Amino acid sequence: MKIVSPQEAISFISEGTTLMIGGFLGVGTPETLIDELINKRKSNLTVICNDTSFEDKGIGRLIASKLVKKVITSHIGTNKETQRQCIENELEVEFVPQGTLIEQIRAGGAGLGGILTPTGIGTIREKNKQLIEIEGKKYILEKALRGRVALVKSSKADHLGNLQCSFTARNFNPVMALACDIVIAEVDELVPTGSICPDEIHIPGAIVDYVVIRSEKR
Amino acid sequence: MNEKERIAKRVAKELKPGNIVNLGIGLPTLVSNFVSKDAEIFFQGENGILGIASEIPEEISNPNLINAGGKYVDIIPGAMIFDSAFSFALIRGGHIDVTVLGAFQVDQEGHLANWMVPGKVIAGMGGAMDLVTGAKKVIIAMTHTSKGTPKIIKKCSLPLTSIRRVDLIVTEFSVIEPTDNGLLLKEISPDITLEELKEITEAELIVPDDLKLMEF
Repeated sequence: MKIVSPQEAISFISEGTTLMIGGFLGVGTPETLIDELINKRKSNLTVICNDTSFEDKGIGRLIASKLVKKVITSHIGTNKETQRQCIENELEVEFVPQGTLIEQIRAGGAGLGGILTPTGIGTIREKNKQLIEIEGKKYILEKALRGRVALVKSSKADHLGNLQCSFTARNFNPVMALACDIVIAEVDELVPTGSICPDEIHIPGAIVDYVVIRSEKR
Repeated sequence: MNEKERIAKRVAKELKPGNIVNLGIGLPTLVSNFVSKDAEIFFQGENGILGIASEIPEEISNPNLINAGGKYVDIIPGAMIFDSAFSFALIRGGHIDVTVLGAFQVDQEGHLANWMVPGKVIAGMGGAMDLVTGAKKVIIAMTHTSKGTPKIIKKCSLPLTSIRRVDLIVTEFSVIEPTDNGLLLKEISPDITLEELKEITEAELIVPDDLKLMEF
């Protein structure tokens, strides 16, 4: 694990990269890293995330800056700009049921080829998908999802990079960390190694590549 | 009590002690206002909480603690926080006793459409499909019509949320149970006649001999 500046962290992201970004309605999204993506105008990004938050928060700010080419997500209802870009064909939106999305990401980090889920059977989610029947019940085969870089948020990191998330800021973060080649974590504070109880670590430092301290203004 | 509160209050009667309950955004969130603190109901938030207490003002909130609708909340003593994979294991795996959701349309077979209106509402499905697929009991809490247009119809024209038949529909005028034979009218509001109710319901209703009045 290496502690780096936001600028150095973002230098590992090139144009057109597939990112997984944590957060649920902006809670648990690394805002300092979002700031730096916008500053450095990293464009044509594919973003995998639960939702695009609000226009002025989290992933919503990335969308408003027109840096995202495609978003794989479960919900965009709270962000009118995302909806506008989708309608105007400026942004490709692929909707995935939230339970399917989190399991596809978990499969991607867990070495699985995919998952079988009953969610979406009998709906438009079935389109172009393989259906499998097991003991009389139908499932959709959904493939594993991986990303190049995971941008995660946690409240504490120790000097090994062990991360602890706070309350509902946890959401997609732990699972995304396993499903990407590079893990960059933005944290509220650094704490002494050993001060986070082993039972209370949500992402192990051994898989975290870079840690950035949240900027004062965020 | 306005019509939405009446609906929420009637839905609250369906909840039993020890139930794990997920309330969808909008009208369903009002249901917790009619559940007593002693009721031993565990309210789940799909974003990673079991044991939501109530909404609280931003001034006294923790910025990392919201419900699935984005509102700041307090949690009960003994609440648990978990990640989204565990949350959806609870949801899809049949561990949620009751989910209460809104609807654009519900049809004669008890199918629900509540996530997309092509050309108008393209918000995405969020957790709705998983909730309807996995919960033990699905209760639809909604107004009977939308701008005069019936919402209980013969066949959904909007994209379906699931093919799972919902278990109960509660509106300000009726309580309806979808069955193998069609929509069974269980309760009717004292403020409407059966004929008036049929006029605002496009689907056919089975009217039993023991039809009850809704109590508010």
